[in-house]
Amino acid sequence: MFAATISILFLGIAYGMVLYIISVGLSVTMGLLGFVNLAHGVFAMAGGYVTVTLMNQYGVPFGFALLAAFIIVAAISVVLERTLYARLYGAGELEQVLFTIGLVFMSVAIVRKLWGPLPQPFHVPHVLDGQINLGFRSFPTYRTFLIGVSVLLILTLWLGIERTAFGARLRAAVDNRRMAESLGINTGRLFSLTFALGSGLAAFGGGLGADILAIDPGYAFEYLVYFLMVVAVGGLGSIKGPFVAAMLLGIGDTACKYLVPQLGSFFIYLAMIALLLWRPAGLFGRA
Amino acid sequence: MRRPAADASPVDRLIASHRLRPIELLPWVIAVAAYFVFPDYLPLGSQVLIMILFALSLDLVLGYGGIVTLGQSAFFGVGAYAAGIYSVHVSGEPLSGLVVAAIAAAVVGVISGLVILRTTGLTLLMLTLAVTSLLEATANHADFLTGGADGLQGMTINPILGRFEFDMFGRTAYVYSLVVLFLGWLLLRRLVHAPFGQSLIGIRENVTRMHAIGTPVRQRLLTAYTISAAVAGVAGGLLAQTTQFVGLTVLGFERSGAVVIMLVLGGAGRLYGAFIGAALYMIAQDQIAEVDPVFWDFWIGLLLVLVVLFARGGVLGLCDKLLLVVRRRR
Repeated sequence: MFAATISILFLGIAYGMVLYIISVGLSVTMGLLGFVNLAHGVFAMAGGYVTVTLMNQYGVPFGFALLAAFIIVAAISVVLERTLYARLYGAGELEQVLFTIGLVFMSVAIVRKLWGPLPQPFHVPHVLDGQINLGFRSFPTYRTFLIGVSVLLILTLWLGIERTAFGARLRAAVDNRRMAESLGINTGRLFSLTFALGSGLAAFGGGLGADILAIDPGYAFEYLVYFLMVVAVGGLGSIKGPFVAAMLLGIGDTACKYLVPQLGSFFIYLAMIALLLWRPAGLFGRA
Repeated sequence: MRRPAADASPVDRLIASHRLRPIELLPWVIAVAAYFVFPDYLPLGSQVLIMILFALSLDLVLGYGGIVTLGQSAFFGVGAYAAGIYSVHVSGEPLSGLVVAAIAAAVVGVISGLVILRTTGLTLLMLTLAVTSLLEATANHADFLTGGADGLQGMTINPILGRFEFDMFGRTAYVYSLVVLFLGWLLLRRLVHAPFGQSLIGIRENVTRMHAIGTPVRQRLLTAYTISAAVAGVAGGLLAQTTQFVGLTVLGFERSGAVVIMLVLGGAGRLYGAFIGAALYMIAQDQIAEVDPVFWDFWIGLLLVLVVLFARGGVLGLCDKLLLVVRRRR
């Protein structure tokens, strides 16, 4: 029983980390401009495809492939943001939803055309194969690595937002956009940068978690509910709220699938609905 | 929309908008003509009519109430399963089956609406998706009742009113769907022109002001949500009865997404957008998607993006703009 609990916690944390890295950008985008970006999962999917393709076809090491995914997707997302997204900042919620769903449809079709309908094979690098002994028991190396990298990344992110000038401007703009603009903060450029960072992180997460969330053309739709759940339960615009939500979701989902495999997702949805009944604005949201 | 004379009082304007205009009969003329002109396409025709009814139900909440939902298929699916299970276990009588579908969907509508309508924006959107997923998971696991992933087998539907038997050419199904759609249209047309519908538009345009003038906003939205759920349930029930099969896809996200796209392509918040959008979408899908489904996804996505960027209001919105240009020229 104790061993099973440890396993569930371990797998759940790894899962939660991936969900958080992918979703945190969405939360900031929502908080900053209230933009409902349902195409956020596309960036994670794109990251996954870039990573897997670089590794399988060009023999690029895992770490470099992830970096490449981050840079490529962040660059593409900035172009999209400047040319298309920016036109809809003042538009209604329905327009934003439709527009981003349109983007998802298009990207799904493109991905299916280029890579085919099957999930992409992801081979864990040899170094990360097998088990690693952490003193009291051994764990799968890949997931241990995943958790380690995620923790480093998340700490860097939090420190960056708490301690740098960029982070201070970002927090100011999320809190009160007009006031921040009055103080001379260029929120348009700030938003482009944040958007790129969020999309890049999603791509990184998509690549890093390719073994957990399988890379196939349905990705952007399949996991959309999960990304939205992390953001809605965590509280829009919050940085740390989604972390708690992602951990709850990761561990809860893993536990449910382990204990009641038949009704795993059922309980997760039910728990989430109950949670939002209790706090409609999310755990850390401002009502 | 016809512009009322400038000196008309608001009451006259409301009454004028309620009056039946000749052009509103056009869809029905086309639908009846299609029965005689395209006898080979009647099964597709019934599907189109059913999707029009489904899109109409969405128009009430999304077009008029401004509730951005991606979970309308929840009610369609519940209606389909209710009608299907009713015919397998209780009776094959079709009309009572539709009533059962409507009631079941309305119950799910009230319960989910109580939760969903407490929130707004992204959270609301996510909850509508989650409710649909929840129901889909339930339908998948309750296979003793729903047939699970294999679909519901063994539906038999008695002749309508004991006289009109469902035939293999889909003639009865077409007429049946057309009559039900007509009744649904009458109901919704009546509702949106009534003070109820006007208050929904008010809520869509400015919630704060509607609160301020004392409108019970959440109760109004819940009522609309429930009625819309019931109509969507009837549409689902119709699909189940006319195809004599219910599969998990009735609850799928694809159906929710497709119906939103249909409505928006036609033009949301104006009743007739549902007719144009659903017909165009279904016919185009029938022609294109069979050949190359990937291609279809891409173009439908591109079309959505273009509509949002350049043609908000869809086909009917474009017609309005054209009319305006023509009138100015004169």
